[in-house]
Amino acid sequence: MKSIYQKFLALILFTPLTALADWGLNMTQGVTPISKEIYDMHMLTLWVVTVIGILVFGVMFWSIFHHRKSKGAKASKFSHSTTVEIIWTIVPTAIIIALAIPATKLLIKMDDTSEAKITIKATGIQWKWKYDYLDEDITLYSSLDAKSQEVAQRDSGQNPMEYENYLLDVDEPLVVPVNTKLRILTTAEDVIHAWWVPELGWKRDAIPGFINDNWAIIEEPGTYRGNCTEICGKGHGYMPIVVKAVSMEDYEAWIEDRKALKLAALESQNKTLTMDESMAEGEKVYKKQCLMCHQANGQGVPGAFPALAGSEIALKKENTLEHLYRIIYGKNLMPKFGDQLSDVEIATVTTYERNAWGNNTGDLIQPKEVAEARKNQTK
Amino acid sequence: MSTLVKDTHHDHDHKPTGLKRWFFSTNHKDIGTLYLIFALTMFFVGGAMAMIIRAELFQPGLQFVDPQFYNSMVTIHALVMIFGAVMPAGVGLANWMIPLMIGAPDMALPRMNNMSFWILPFAFALLLSTIFMQGGGPAGGWTMYPPLVLQTGDAFPFLIFAVHFLGISSIMGAINIIATVFNMRAPGMSLMQMPLFVWTWVITSFLLIASLPVLAGAVTMLLTDKYFGTSFFSAAGGGDPVLFQHIFWFFGHPEVYILALPAFGIVSSIIPTFSRKPLFGYASMVYATASIAILSFFVWAHHMFTVGLPIKGELFFMYATMLIAVPTGVKVFNWMATMWRGSMTFETPMLFAIAFVILFTIGGFSGLMLGITPVDFQYHDTYFVVAHFHYVLLTGAVFALMGAVYYWLPKWTGHMYDERLGKIHFWLSTIAANVLFFPQHFLGLAGMPRRIPDYNIQFADFNMISSIGGFAYGLTQLLFIYIVIKCALGGKKAKAVSWEGARGLEWTVPSPAPFHTFETPPKIRKEMLENG
Repeated sequence: MKSIYQKFLALILFTPLTALADWGLNMTQGVTPISKEIYDMHMLTLWVVTVIGILVFGVMFWSIFHHRKSKGAKASKFSHSTTVEIIWTIVPTAIIIALAIPATKLLIKMDDTSEAKITIKATGIQWKWKYDYLDEDITLYSSLDAKSQEVAQRDSGQNPMEYENYLLDVDEPLVVPVNTKLRILTTAEDVIHAWWVPELGWKRDAIPGFINDNWAIIEEPGTYRGNCTEICGKGHGYMPIVVKAVSMEDYEAWIEDRKALKLAALESQNKTLTMDESMAEGEKVYKKQCLMCHQANGQGVPGAFPALAGSEIALKKENTLEHLYRIIYGKNLMPKFGDQLSDVEIATVTTYERNAWGNNTGDLIQPKEVAEARKNQTK
Repeated sequence: MSTLVKDTHHDHDHKPTGLKRWFFSTNHKDIGTLYLIFALTMFFVGGAMAMIIRAELFQPGLQFVDPQFYNSMVTIHALVMIFGAVMPAGVGLANWMIPLMIGAPDMALPRMNNMSFWILPFAFALLLSTIFMQGGGPAGGWTMYPPLVLQTGDAFPFLIFAVHFLGISSIMGAINIIATVFNMRAPGMSLMQMPLFVWTWVITSFLLIASLPVLAGAVTMLLTDKYFGTSFFSAAGGGDPVLFQHIFWFFGHPEVYILALPAFGIVSSIIPTFSRKPLFGYASMVYATASIAILSFFVWAHHMFTVGLPIKGELFFMYATMLIAVPTGVKVFNWMATMWRGSMTFETPMLFAIAFVILFTIGGFSGLMLGITPVDFQYHDTYFVVAHFHYVLLTGAVFALMGAVYYWLPKWTGHMYDERLGKIHFWLSTIAANVLFFPQHFLGLAGMPRRIPDYNIQFADFNMISSIGGFAYGLTQLLFIYIVIKCALGGKKAKAVSWEGARGLEWTVPSPAPFHTFETPPKIRKEMLENG
């Protein structure tokens, strides 16, 4: 519903700036009908203020060049003019009304989340995203990819410039179908986060205890990236969002895959692990989930995140159950991983923590013990 | 001239000496000087933190600090610059200039004046000490949003009490200014004859008195949430984390104008002087300032468009926010009309004032863009916002404050500053500040969130440019210190009327202004007034 003058402006004026968008100078046009309208609204406002700026500063500079003492300008004495004062109150008011009308229409359109086909709940957790496909009973956790985590360490010795998707990739992207109205709910478990993918045209806060709803229809298949945009602590810069938009058929196939994976995970709970496979698996889980706070060497960050290497809880036999509880239920700043990690993952990472960095306890935890620990605690 | 002779005579009679002069001072000029020196010190403390931030952002990857410390730098930089640099600098100018501008012998409540200053060093000692504590300084952003701020370690109560102290100090300062202006104007000076700087400070004082207790309430609720088991802001306990944001921004938005209005006043003094022409539209300037102040209490939720307000709320706050552009526009047009057909010269104060008008307006333009709710969903919490508020606060408020220092330095020290160095300082500052902040608009539009210690390589180029601008701006300010010290120690003698086009009561006393001025009220003639 673009009016003629907007189209005209877009054609004449916006073209050069649109080309510049590739250089990261301007807002993305995005891939949803709303994001395109937002882009147009942005450009309209930008051009309005640019033209006002050129006119106003133009007059000012003309005055600066001509009304200077060194050019022999004599100061006049005037200090009032009701006419011009009325004009420069009314004209800006009119411009603002002209901007407010399309903005209001757009906002009303954005507010309507009705008739969505698929509902997904995005939950912010320090520092990852959890996605619940509410119609499919599928849950996935989406954290910063291992490569970025490695490069992002202060003394990694690796150059981020050589890694194109540095801090923008996740292990598990959100997969959605194209040309389908998606309802995306945002909420949080611990502190306030914000879910933003620029190509969808909006961001929305994820607030503990609140659920916000938003919608999007993605028109082009592709991978779209964003970030958490509300400061949420130490890992705020490390919780990217990746949305993979695929065809409806691919989406349905993916859903089937996820369901099969879920079944397989349930079955693996009965198996008995060896020390070697536990240490190998556990290290992977540790790197992905624990490394950011407890550090690669298990030393933690003094004053903020406790060390695991040489700690009471990881060394003493009688603390084994407490160790599992900490991981499953969390404590203070330690998030609860019970919902996120499978019994196998919790078992292996616990084994790893009890045997790595000189913690040579020889303890080997089995998935069954984790299942028991889940039942015992009623916290 | 008889008053002048008498003032000089009193000068060496009553001036205390040594440390006592500064610690127990009740003299508005000495307290003003203390405020200004404190503000400049804090400007460098906050500036050093900005340098750490820009050094870390110079290239992608973590080079210097870890993310938690980075967040605490972002947080404390903001608190120091707002409460330690810009606000005290404004109060310092008010202390020095308001009694001189309205023909009063001193502030109405001199002992409270002393106290409101001396609270500040203690408050900042509390705040800055947190950097060295277990768990580091507060790192949840200066906005202190719960629940994140409740994760702060030992620093938490220090942060809260520092904010309380800063609030008390500012409220006392505000009461003092209101009492002074309403009770101590020289006979014959009506309210509508006061210089605009005095007007903006009266209005700012009302904003302070109305908004700071709200902040104090909000942080007290944080304190009880953390230590006394209340759950004002905890959803799990039946509270509401968004409530804090409403309360905070009900303070926070007027706070923005607390920083900006005195700058409007300064520029309204400087531009007429160097245009040699009276201020255009004096009455409309007063009304525009008052309208901005009143509107500032009805726009707070534009900082929170993304929290999920009901659509009617979003529309209301969008309209109210856009409306602020009208009185702000009136002010800009008035300054332009003041320059129009004047006889302008471009000494350093004028350069800073003109740069203020242009760059503050650019910040106003991005402000209008941010006020449009649907588009704000893209801009919110990105570097576009960072660019916006640094344009209005650094090239806006700070530029005006620096212009004010150059403008009144001859009156304070009795010497002219080095004009050539002043101009170099201006041009370097202006170029550096734009190299620093203009690319941040692009970063924000391209999708870089604010308050992150590390970023994807697509943002590398503009961040490097921005950092170079930052270092250049930081270095340039050392020149400012040199110029001010050089001027305080000596230089060309300043005349009572230090600038050819200057009008107003402050120019009727000698330069440097004697320790006691206007012990008997001046006889006001219309041509003595800035806005006769």
